[in-house]
Amino acid sequence: MRSAVEIAAAVRSGERTARSVAEEHLATIASREGEIHAFNHVTADAALAQADAVDAKVARGEDPGPLAGVPVALKDNLCTRGVPTTCSSRILDGWLPPYNATVVERVTAAGGVAVGKTNLDEFAMGSSTENSAFGPTLNPLDLSRVPGGSSGGSAAAVAARFAPLSLGSDTGGSIRQPASFCGVVGVKPTYGVVSRYGLIAFASSLDQIGPFAATVNDAALLLDVISGHDRMDSTSIAASPTALLNDGTDVAGLRVGLVTELTDVEGIDPEVRAAVERAASALEAQGAIVERISVPSCIYGLSAYYLIAPAEASSNLARYDGVRYGLRVDGDDVYEMNSATRDAGFGAEVKRRIMLGTYALSAGFYDAYYAQAQRVRTLIIRDFAAAYERFDVLLSPTTPTTAFKFGAKTEDPFSMYLSDICTIASNLAGHPAMSIPFGLGSDAMPIGVQVLAPALGESVMFRVARAIEAAGGVA
Amino acid sequence: MAKQSNEQVSITRSDVEHVAMLARLALTPDEVGEFAEQLTAILGHATDISSLDLDGVPTTAHPLPVTNVLREDVIGPSLDRDEVLAAAPSAEEGRFRVPRIMGEA
Repeated sequence: MRSAVEIAAAVRSGERTARSVAEEHLATIASREGEIHAFNHVTADAALAQADAVDAKVARGEDPGPLAGVPVALKDNLCTRGVPTTCSSRILDGWLPPYNATVVERVTAAGGVAVGKTNLDEFAMGSSTENSAFGPTLNPLDLSRVPGGSSGGSAAAVAARFAPLSLGSDTGGSIRQPASFCGVVGVKPTYGVVSRYGLIAFASSLDQIGPFAATVNDAALLLDVISGHDRMDSTSIAASPTALLNDGTDVAGLRVGLVTELTDVEGIDPEVRAAVERAASALEAQGAIVERISVPSCIYGLSAYYLIAPAEASSNLARYDGVRYGLRVDGDDVYEMNSATRDAGFGAEVKRRIMLGTYALSAGFYDAYYAQAQRVRTLIIRDFAAAYERFDVLLSPTTPTTAFKFGAKTEDPFSMYLSDICTIASNLAGHPAMSIPFGLGSDAMPIGVQVLAPALGESVMFRVARAIEAAGGVA
Repeated sequence: MAKQSNEQVSITRSDVEHVAMLARLALTPDEVGEFAEQLTAILGHATDISSLDLDGVPTTAHPLPVTNVLREDVIGPSLDRDEVLAAAPSAEEGRFRVPRIMGEA
């Protein structure tokens, strides 16, 4: 019994105890975490206490909720009360948040059992976890390769069966890209569907929390639990997709567009392109209508993103000033203390993005860089709107290649940024998108197929994802 | 409106030092040189959009058609002051303590 849906059903019916489920997963963590480093912090004792509370509810005849006894790993940029929350940064080392993120509250209220905080690229800036201040996470499928990022620890935790479910955050692909690299399902929901209260901010107009799971239906289970309006997040929306669980696989008559700018371009590995084409054929065989579609402004997404996200980050990360929490390095006055603290506390990539963002927002350059990127964002939204007049969903690779080796892209920051080329447009548009594992490359590493949908199109997106999952991906 | 066009972007050491001051980062001389080189390269890639003629295209700051979110002004629980101050590097008499802000005479 492996899936989250099965575990929850067994715990709710009393067939299994939540404690035995937690113990089994903690034992798996104990056996492989030393080599994988998916976690910054494993909360074994708290997990067992939460599991016991679930079992007590079952014993009293109460329903512990849809995640009854299901272990869930949490990205370490989600605030957990009294539990270290670091963003994999020295600047937050040792900080104990005084409150829980809304998603953490919802997971535990639904009977989920939090097993630990997963590693990430520092402040979610990166595509490999190599930017973590506490060392990288290794890909459980091949320890010489990166798990992707920034939510690499959350993807690896599911791939290594440390937990059937985990939560990550996706600003430019940080859920979908590691899901693809680790051979699991990863979902970036519509902007505003999941409350971000307690998610430590990177780029606020792009960040969105979403699930990792081994199956599409498990991801639906977790998204159902965490979505919904939250008065603590003024960017959370009232209309949310609900009841995605078991919501069908029928794709007959659906119009599916294969995005040429994300599929037929230089840099996309031919094996990856072939897998996406096989997925398209599988959908066609199930009755969908598949055509190629051009979304022209997508080619500018990367440049727009790498101005907008750093600009927002430079503002959001101003809060790490050595005053209210985290690291302080002393100085003779406040300016010196601020500057010394930030230089000592931030790693190279975070400094690079703060510098880039500050420059893009500075007097004389604001209009040419930041405002221009915001105009490109409008073009991308318009192009997607036109595409969705003709298609129900769009299809593309999740990433240009399978998981790369450690060190392959650390020398040239821009080569690392190119890992996000297929995923960024959805964040700029605020649309949902998800990655589904579909076959292996000749390096035996998983390939991910991305399904994109219009805002609040989660239901049709999950249906297509299930149809792709059912087709299996074997060449 | 001045466009950057396709001209070669070049970020100098003094540009980096100025931006580092704005961003409150006390960079080492090595970091200054490294960032000058890397920011030049990264912003060089952005010329594909800085050279686009987008006059008349409105900017998008965030993707939701939502503005001015208000709620009822009701009293609710807030974070415990002592718990919050316990996380601060330095606190005194219920407040955050910092080094001097203005020069002393």
